Amino acid sequence: MTLVEFMQHLANGVSLGSLYALIAIGYTMVYGILRLINFAHGDIFMLGAYLTYYAIVFTSMPWYVAFALAAAITGLVGFLLEKIAYKPLRDAQRITVLISAIGASFFLQNFATVVFGGRPKAFPIPSIMNKIINIGGVSINLITFIIPVIGLGLLAGLTYIIYKTKTGMAMRALSKDYDTARLMGINVDRIISITFFIGSFLAAVGGIMWGIKYPQLMPLMGSMPGIKCFIAAVIGGIGNISGAVLGGFILGLGEILLVAFLPGLTGYRDAFAFILLIIILLVKPTGLLGEKVTEKV
Amino acid sequence: MLKIENMTMRFGGVVAANKFNAHIKKGQIVGLIGPNGAGKTTIFNVVTGVYKPTEGKVIFNPGDKEHDITGMAPDEIAKLGVCRTFQNIRLFKDMTVLDNVFIGNHLRIKSNVFSSIIRVPSYRKEEREMLEKSLYLLDRVGLLEEKDEKAHSLPYGKQRRLEIARALATEPKLLLLDEPAAGMNPQESKELMDFILNIKDEFDLTVFLIEHHMDVVMGICEDILVLDHGELIAQGDPETIQKDQRVIEAYLGVD
Amino acid sequence: MAEDRLKVEKERILDRNTLILLGVLLVAVVVVDFFANDHVRTIANLCGIYVTLGLSMQLINGFTGLFSLGHAGFMAIGAYTVAILTISPANKEMNYFLEPIVPFLADVEWSFLPALIMGGILAAIFGFLIGAPVLRLTDDYLAIATLGFAEIIRVVFTNTQSLTNGALGLKAIPKFSTILWSWIVAFLSIVFMVYLIRGSYGKAFIAIKEDEIAARSMGINLFKHKVMSFTFSSFMAGIAGGLMATHLGTIDPNMFRIALTFNIILIMVLGGIGNINGTVISAIIVTAFMEILRFLDSSIDLGFIKLPGIPGMRMVIFSIILMLVVIVRKDRLLKEN
Repeated sequence: MTLVEFMQHLANGVSLGSLYALIAIGYTMVYGILRLINFAHGDIFMLGAYLTYYAIVFTSMPWYVAFALAAAITGLVGFLLEKIAYKPLRDAQRITVLISAIGASFFLQNFATVVFGGRPKAFPIPSIMNKIINIGGVSINLITFIIPVIGLGLLAGLTYIIYKTKTGMAMRALSKDYDTARLMGINVDRIISITFFIGSFLAAVGGIMWGIKYPQLMPLMGSMPGIKCFIAAVIGGIGNISGAVLGGFILGLGEILLVAFLPGLTGYRDAFAFILLIIILLVKPTGLLGEKVTEKV
Repeated sequence: MLKIENMTMRFGGVVAANKFNAHIKKGQIVGLIGPNGAGKTTIFNVVTGVYKPTEGKVIFNPGDKEHDITGMAPDEIAKLGVCRTFQNIRLFKDMTVLDNVFIGNHLRIKSNVFSSIIRVPSYRKEEREMLEKSLYLLDRVGLLEEKDEKAHSLPYGKQRRLEIARALATEPKLLLLDEPAAGMNPQESKELMDFILNIKDEFDLTVFLIEHHMDVVMGICEDILVLDHGELIAQGDPETIQKDQRVIEAYLGVD
Repeated sequence: MAEDRLKVEKERILDRNTLILLGVLLVAVVVVDFFANDHVRTIANLCGIYVTLGLSMQLINGFTGLFSLGHAGFMAIGAYTVAILTISPANKEMNYFLEPIVPFLADVEWSFLPALIMGGILAAIFGFLIGAPVLRLTDDYLAIATLGFAEIIRVVFTNTQSLTNGALGLKAIPKFSTILWSWIVAFLSIVFMVYLIRGSYGKAFIAIKEDEIAARSMGINLFKHKVMSFTFSSFMAGIAGGLMATHLGTIDPNMFRIALTFNIILIMVLGGIGNINGTVISAIIVTAFMEILRFLDSSIDLGFIKLPGIPGMRMVIFSIILMLVVIVRKDRLLKEN
């Protein structure tokens, strides 16, 4: 492999890693507070992409408005999802909520199939982004750079919210010690709703970026990335936002480089995430940046 | 029977138990008292293997030889002969009263799972013996009538008794009781005291108990350990403890 | 006498409800087998297979309390084992046109029963190997880890061209699976489950589900019992997978996606977690409805008007049902009916 090719793969890996990171953040935020794997998160990602598609194709909105609007609406869908599928079960056993999550995921996938149709749709890429640029002999699509930049920007915004606002502090408190935080007068419902909104918003942006990079939209497109991104969150340390980002990049880069160096293993690309997962769960189940929690008996 | 040597248990920054030492001899009834949060249940958890101590050792000698049970898995410790009840009652809520006790026998089962499915005669015989033992224990604690009811439907006091019956089913040599008299009125406490003395003799037990009801503690314990903030602040027989200044200061609760 | 109270009554293992259910089913199966048309017989065959599947999930999820999402993977192992073993060498050559099958399997042709049992055994072996590392994890991690294994198996099967024929799948699997076979297996599963759960080990499983810490403290080795339960469950799933393969006649790795596991979860939840009889009934109802409601996915020709099919509608309805059941029943979800 030449250096040029390697740089291309690297850029791709960083790009993919940013996408995974954006989606993984949503998982980790929800898990941090509710100890719930939001199986439907990957399908929220899918919805974000589709909503953007319809916004651009069927209205005359400029693309940046369409992006923002679609992401916001998707955030709302996430909010609704929580209210309908998870809130009624907040006191129930974990398995019950997990089953509801799986049900919600299936509902969204099949709903999308029914409403959007199963045939792949081509994502409308804004022409301003669809350029090939040349850096030192390396040809890369501009979008490959835009993705990490936007990702970083959003991450910065999120970090600000989490560490510099009262809402963010409440989110941190809830995820550290749910019961005590509740007793301190934190409006749990509101914080959880906000968490779902933010997570879904980020996933929608991820979906939009994904649609630009891999322009084929399908109702089931969120299934595999969804699982992989949860795995990314676990690898980095579930409940930990930096962990989700780290995990996302490890997974994204790892996948691309695996296929780059060992092309014969291309078919196993998806299995890579799962193998990493098994390894982490065996070696350090709390994840690379995670903390150990002891149960009080 | 039980030796705890210089045991320290740390959770992050919190020191739940600090260089705790105890020596319980065979046949004794020893009490562990102290204000709430002193670390009493932590010590139980360390002895039964639920926690692995940060430092120190736990040595168990049922009579044959010494076993270093520090950090051993709870199920292996139970097999050696140490069993407990829980402060917050951990019954198998959806199982029947009888099954709760029955399952206490499972640790010593000799039949394998396949024999249990096709119910070979040797398994049926074992099951019968386990059931008979369980029924006997239920009778001993006065719960025979309720044997087919679900454990969660029992009133609090009976649930405590059920937990003791379940622990006895494991054929322990050392029985740890975590606040067995909690929620009992004086009459029930007196019955509990007699009950503990009786089962100690009948089953050849050594008893280690955590309690807040002072009449129970002073009534049946030969030796009392007093814990405060994870440290052993006093030890001795009931009269000594009642007069100990440090204990009175830390806590000598009134019911 | 005082001692009479303590005497152990001779208890019937198969309680009255289960016996009635088995009796009714026996009659129903015989009637369908002799009199019903092909369409109904196909559904009945599938129902039997799903009874076994529902029970296998009950064992690991409902009775032992381990949320495993790996069923599709074990079914795949069973299905492929049976398929590879029973497809005639001539048909094997036809199947493996892209890349020939591994030499030691080329001439293999087994009869149904040994192949089926082998499918179960292989699935059980994988269950044992996977269970060992994975069952130490808590709820959610276990779910993802088992899901992960199921996906790994699917991906591996898609790529091992010379073993499984990869993405092309396998065709011309001899259709050994009849109503009789599926239901014999179903009956055996029911009886097996009842006998297991009524015995000491089954009670240990339930104790683990109820309260792991208390179970450990009473001397129950969590790991050993969890692996035991998982292995049995995988065995059953493997057999069911084998039955599925010989019923459909063709299989491919994409059949064994998470969607398959979803069906089984629905059956378990509707039947009531920890409820054997309920699971049997819900397996029949859900499978029947799945087939009957297929019409929703394809176009309906009413003669004067043609309603376009809405693919996916069926699953939309089923997922709504699942969520409704879960949300409405919530805590009562885990109590025995």
